Amino acid sequence: MGENLLKIENLSVNCGEKKILHDINFSIRRGEILIIAGESGSGKSTILKAIGGLLGKNFILNGKIFFCGQDITKISDFERRKIAGEEIGMIFQNAGASFCPIRKIGDQIFESVRVHRDFDKKSFLKQAKSIMQKINLDFSVLNEYPFKLSGGMAQRAGILAATILKPKLLLADEATSALDVVTQAEVVKELLKLRDSEQISIILVTHDLKIAKKMADNVLILRKGGEIAEFGTRDQIFITPKESYTRELIKAANL
Amino acid sequence: MKSLAPYLFAAGILIFIAVFADFLTPFDPYVQDLEGALAPPNEINILGTDRYGRDVLSRVIVGSQTTLCASLLLLAVISIVGSFIGAICGYKGGRLDTFLMRMSDIFLAFPQMVFAIAAAGALGGGLLNAAAALAIIGWPKYARIARGLVLSIKSMPYFDAAKMSGSNSMQILFNHVFPNILGTILVTAALDIGTIIMELAGLSFLGLGAMPPTAEWGAMMNNGRSMLQTAPWIILAPGFAIFITVATFNLLGDKLRDYLGGNLS
Repeated sequence: MGENLLKIENLSVNCGEKKILHDINFSIRRGEILIIAGESGSGKSTILKAIGGLLGKNFILNGKIFFCGQDITKISDFERRKIAGEEIGMIFQNAGASFCPIRKIGDQIFESVRVHRDFDKKSFLKQAKSIMQKINLDFSVLNEYPFKLSGGMAQRAGILAATILKPKLLLADEATSALDVVTQAEVVKELLKLRDSEQISIILVTHDLKIAKKMADNVLILRKGGEIAEFGTRDQIFITPKESYTRELIKAANL
Repeated sequence: MKSLAPYLFAAGILIFIAVFADFLTPFDPYVQDLEGALAPPNEINILGTDRYGRDVLSRVIVGSQTTLCASLLLLAVISIVGSFIGAICGYKGGRLDTFLMRMSDIFLAFPQMVFAIAAAGALGGGLLNAAAALAIIGWPKYARIARGLVLSIKSMPYFDAAKMSGSNSMQILFNHVFPNILGTILVTAALDIGTIIMELAGLSFLGLGAMPPTAEWGAMMNNGRSMLQTAPWIILAPGFAIFITVATFNLLGDKLRDYLGGNLS
């Protein structure tokens, strides 16, 4: 596989005196799936927020995040808006709440598409339907309000919203955690399908090592205090883990 | 919806009367007839006449125009301006937020009516100045509410999602923030109509609002005050009009809260 799509160098994030992430280094190539796993409070989601530029003003970010060769920690809001959605998509933990509660799903996705492309409603629907077919989502969802969707449908709608512009990188924050096992398996399957058909790189944050084992090319294990415990390929992590922390984590997950 | 209808209807009637007041009055509310002054209610002057012989019913009807229009206009101004300031504060944060919120703290620290009386007195009488005084004291409430709502919206996933879709501040404010705070602001405003009417009428009663001979409920009550025992209809008619109007809008606001609250949560 080709060049590094995303490369993170010496990333540290502090909130006041509190260290959230410390000296994070990793990279991800085109079409690769990276799973970030670890216990609660280890700063998993913070990595995604740092990449997406969603950290608030009270967070202090040090280090570099290269996306397509450009350091995106230093770019202006204007440049940030150009890559957000178009190049980097994000699926949220609670996808139902990632839609504004008072407007229809379709209108909201259409609006976020219009930010970047001069689509009319017709070509938007065509594009949306081609993805919806792939991820097994009923077309009627576009005319629903967010609170009417089930967890699995909302999650798929979230995937649709994040992937409709065919971003190069998809950030998924616990995208499967709120779902039951059956729906979870389907969402995982659909994410893998998307990776294969569109060559999208995916960073998935999860505490579920079973998902990690199923999907990952590479795995990053974080420990409390926001440090990397271990980073390696799936087999390195699950078959020949070096760190005792990783071994304990895998043992606890009962794989 | 079913329970909202009668209150909307009642409020609609009041607004209809206010808008078409000029066509509904049986007599000219400003023509004096000193020979027919202080006539008790009778078949010609249904609510009697005041001390200058003006028809009280006509004056109450025309007064609704002054009171209701001024109150609704004032309310629209303070709720829109106040929420806008609050929303910007909550959205932007930082020094602007601190400055404007401390300003609103200062205004909220004064007893509302006392400040309004002082401000209206300093500005000089007149309906416009009375409204300005109430506007100065009225906006911080809406700014506070809007700011709090925006802060809570900022922590919602859909706010991050909007940012991640590349929307700019204006798009986020108008597509995601304002529509979501509208319901609460609307309900607050509806519950406030009664208070505003009372305050405007109160200022007029104290001689700081509408100037004679303008027909305005508060001013009319002040006019009839000295004759409460000999000609009670002069003060009872506008007083009753205020009571009905304030009660109607308060009940409407209450029902609106139930209706919108149930839908939004």
